[in-house]
Amino acid sequence: MEDTDTAARWFLRGMGGIVSIPALILIASFVGFGVLCRESGLTLGESVFMTGSVWALPSQLVLVGAMSAGTSTLVAAIAVALSAIRLMPMTAAWVPLVKAPDTPKWHLLLLSHFVAVTAWVWGFMRLPNAPPAMRTAYFAGFGLTLTTVNVCVTALSYISAASLPPLVAAALFFLTPVYFLTALTASARYHAERLALGIGVVLGPALRYYDVGLDLLWAGIAGGTLAFVGHKLLERRRGAA
Amino acid sequence: MSAEAWPYIFILIAGTLATDIWRWLGVLVGARLVEDSDLLLWVKAVATALVAGVIGNLIFAPTGALAMVPLAIRLGAAGFGYVAFFLARKKILIGVLAAEAALIGASYAFAG
Repeated sequence: MEDTDTAARWFLRGMGGIVSIPALILIASFVGFGVLCRESGLTLGESVFMTGSVWALPSQLVLVGAMSAGTSTLVAAIAVALSAIRLMPMTAAWVPLVKAPDTPKWHLLLLSHFVAVTAWVWGFMRLPNAPPAMRTAYFAGFGLTLTTVNVCVTALSYISAASLPPLVAAALFFLTPVYFLTALTASARYHAERLALGIGVVLGPALRYYDVGLDLLWAGIAGGTLAFVGHKLLERRRGAA
Repeated sequence: MSAEAWPYIFILIAGTLATDIWRWLGVLVGARLVEDSDLLLWVKAVATALVAGVIGNLIFAPTGALAMVPLAIRLGAAGFGYVAFFLARKKILIGVLAAEAALIGASYAFAG
């Protein structure tokens, strides 16, 4: 009984994470998404359903583009899957952080739906403060609240979209990259992460500009491996000095 | 199958399945990773580089309303925000506000 009590308390604490800068910035980004859905000709129901069921903003942008262009299911699925590859290493890195030795795998499979950049960054900043047995409850409280609130934000911004000036819409879309960049820098603990951030942010656009296929995948694998090697070299040099 | 249901099934297949499959694979892989291992560090570096690639593309080649803001302003505003973030001892809010102020201010000054 005492255990469920504490778990409930950590769940509530996770819910409280909705009043935080990362959550507020994501909410602002979803205002932009609701507007985009309406401009792209999706229905209100489709837009809201997409936020709840996909829950990865870059993939949602790809999917909206595919739907408004009338792309076939298979082609759209491939495009979205390519844009979502990052979720695999992200989730893999998140698992050792969130799980206790006795956490059932199906809990992790369900909770993994909430893994997207905001909750991932939040998790790396906040989960270490919680006892390991309470981390799934803590993360669930945050993830569930963040998703539910943004489903509502998608609906509200879709309904009230018509009057948004272009510069305000541009400023809203600009929030996401700037926030991700600063939040990832702030939460990085190792050289490998800092190097990966610097290399990826240049390599991603460069590979796209030169029209290399699967540009993001290569940016991740090549950039991540380079950063890892750089980390090892820096560590060795420090060890030798 | 009714025509009204089709877009939702489309979203489930091309959206939900296409993203959640990576999360489920990540859970299966992550369960085998040891904390503080080199393999985990490499996985984290790859994940970070992928997210950084997404960030870079959102600034360099965005879609929608942001695409109408000139590239030089987007790059300058992002750089300005990042420097402000460091000067403010890594306060995320300061960085974001500085970047937004630079984007809006420069758009008014040069494009308006």
